[in-house]
Amino acid sequence: MSTTSSSLSSSQGRRFQRRYLLLIPLILMTIFYLIPLYVMLVTGFKSFEEVSLQTMWNLPSGIHFDNYIEAFEKLKPHLWNSLIMVIPAAIISSIIGSINGFVLARWRFPGSKLVLPLLLFGMFIPYQSVIIPLAVFMKNIGLAGSIPGLVLVHVIYGIPITTLTFYGYYMTVPKELVEAAKIDGAGLLGTYWNIFIPVSAPAFVVVLIWQFTSAWNDFLFAVILTGNKSWPVTVALQNMAGSQIIAGNVQMAGSLLAALPTLLVYIFLGRYFLRGLMAGSLKG
Amino acid sequence: MATIKLQQVEKKFGDFQAVKPMDLTIQDGEFVVLLGPSGCGKTTTLRMISGLETVTTGTIMLGDRNVTWLHPSERDVAFVFQFYALYPHISARENISFPLRAQGESKDVINQRVQEVAALLRIEHLLNQRPGNLSGGDQQRVALARALVRRPEAFLMDEPLGALDADFRETMRAEIKQLHIDQNATTVYVTHDQIEAMAMGDRIVVMSEAVVQQAGSPHEVYYDPANLFVARFIGSPGMNLVSSVYSQGVVSIPGTENRYSVPDGWQTPINETLEGEGQIVLGFRPEAAQLKTDGPLSGEVYASELQGAFSVLHVNVNTDDIVHIRSDRQIDYPIGTTLRFDIDPQMVRFFDPGTEAGIKREVSQ
Repeated sequence: MSTTSSSLSSSQGRRFQRRYLLLIPLILMTIFYLIPLYVMLVTGFKSFEEVSLQTMWNLPSGIHFDNYIEAFEKLKPHLWNSLIMVIPAAIISSIIGSINGFVLARWRFPGSKLVLPLLLFGMFIPYQSVIIPLAVFMKNIGLAGSIPGLVLVHVIYGIPITTLTFYGYYMTVPKELVEAAKIDGAGLLGTYWNIFIPVSAPAFVVVLIWQFTSAWNDFLFAVILTGNKSWPVTVALQNMAGSQIIAGNVQMAGSLLAALPTLLVYIFLGRYFLRGLMAGSLKG
Repeated sequence: MATIKLQQVEKKFGDFQAVKPMDLTIQDGEFVVLLGPSGCGKTTTLRMISGLETVTTGTIMLGDRNVTWLHPSERDVAFVFQFYALYPHISARENISFPLRAQGESKDVINQRVQEVAALLRIEHLLNQRPGNLSGGDQQRVALARALVRRPEAFLMDEPLGALDADFRETMRAEIKQLHIDQNATTVYVTHDQIEAMAMGDRIVVMSEAVVQQAGSPHEVYYDPANLFVARFIGSPGMNLVSSVYSQGVVSIPGTENRYSVPDGWQTPINETLEGEGQIVLGFRPEAAQLKTDGPLSGEVYASELQGAFSVLHVNVNTDDIVHIRSDRQIDYPIGTTLRFDIDPQMVRFFDPGTEAGIKREVSQ
């Protein structure tokens, strides 16, 4: 008895040790990953004189909010641009994705099996390869240099991922629910509206957060398709660094301001995001 | 309510024949059970009646309407699913009223009818709950209410009790039967549970391998199975079927001294079927065997199972065939005991092993 129990505990001990050994590289990698964030944070609080390459690792002498105020003044119109661009982009592409996902998951029509793979193909086209024709096209339809043009592009580029998410989610809606609705006399639209939309909240959370984040963080489309009045915050931040003699401290404060909305969205809605991603089955 | 008439209805999925052309008429107000093992085509048949599945060929009449190509919602049938298929995000009340709302009924009519069926099924106190908060039995009651509320031409039920616990199932069985008696509604009920079928059906349609094996009252399919499949499938345990040889009014079990004289009324049809003599299958239910010291048949006890009110003896009548005999639970038959028994002449049956069909007794005048 005693021998077996001691051998058991020693094997448990070894497993314990192995787990801690695994933790060390994980912690080191996390620190490495967080270094730029640290630099951004400390620099944002430094005064102009403190900012130099030699002292970049040092903590600031005090907490200076001046940088944030200055950065905010400069970025305010562009933060607003980002917001009024991202909200319609996320909402419209989510709605389209939901409709697409419903039709593809629940309606067999000639070629229906082909539509989804073709749609998903859109996710694998590098943005860079379509930039020039896209810019020309936007100019031709008169949306170049404007926020609505950027909204349109984000809506279209969002369709593959939103469609895929809703498709996967709607495939888990029990077939019997759809059949019950059929017998009860609900048509295709009635079924979508009465059965699918009400159970879609988790999928909408996932897709809205995803679209909000990717449209907010986008730089490439924004820099090509907007002018300096309609720049979203990502482009404005870049130009704040390049075109004026401003020290890193204000830029770093601006960076944090630009990143804040997506961080907040994830911090406050992240659990719904995970729950939505994992919402596999609908319980009756 | 209406009659349902299937005429040469067939369903193929690609090359797979799920239902071979079948005819079936379900009378107005009749409770018909489609019974069979899984994959026999019973559910497909039900789904074709509902319109959830289209027919490959054939015609479906509902009353005097040809509904073969109508959309499910236009057929005026209600469907009850095994897993209830309640809409999870709305209350029981809204679930029940859903078909009426889809038809655009007025609020007053909806409220009144929901109240009526809720009272009928005794679920008034559950109307504001969501399905997720209800027990399986209550969910199925709500699903039944949703079916009833439309006052459809026919009720179609696909193993509605299959997902319930055993004791709940018995309660619900009685409730559904009672509901049918109340409403006198044409009902088609699919199950693989023969006890359910026997308990509920006015008529049982036994299906196997995409074909109707027999359609008849519970009494008929139990006592006069049309073929070996039905004989085996109905009853638990099923009918005893012993391969034997027939000659000159006597059935003998090969390799044994077991001889059984064919009762009156059987000689002529057996002679006709076998053209004199030959292989035959002797069939009898466990309760048809009568233990007697001077019985013409004998066998050795192989196992004995106490089933509560009675025991079931497994008796070896030759090297291959074990028969089940129902016996008094008070008497102990040790394994290895040799028993003699007779078969109630009213309850013995014979089958042609070639066609597997049951041989029909001469109708006594």
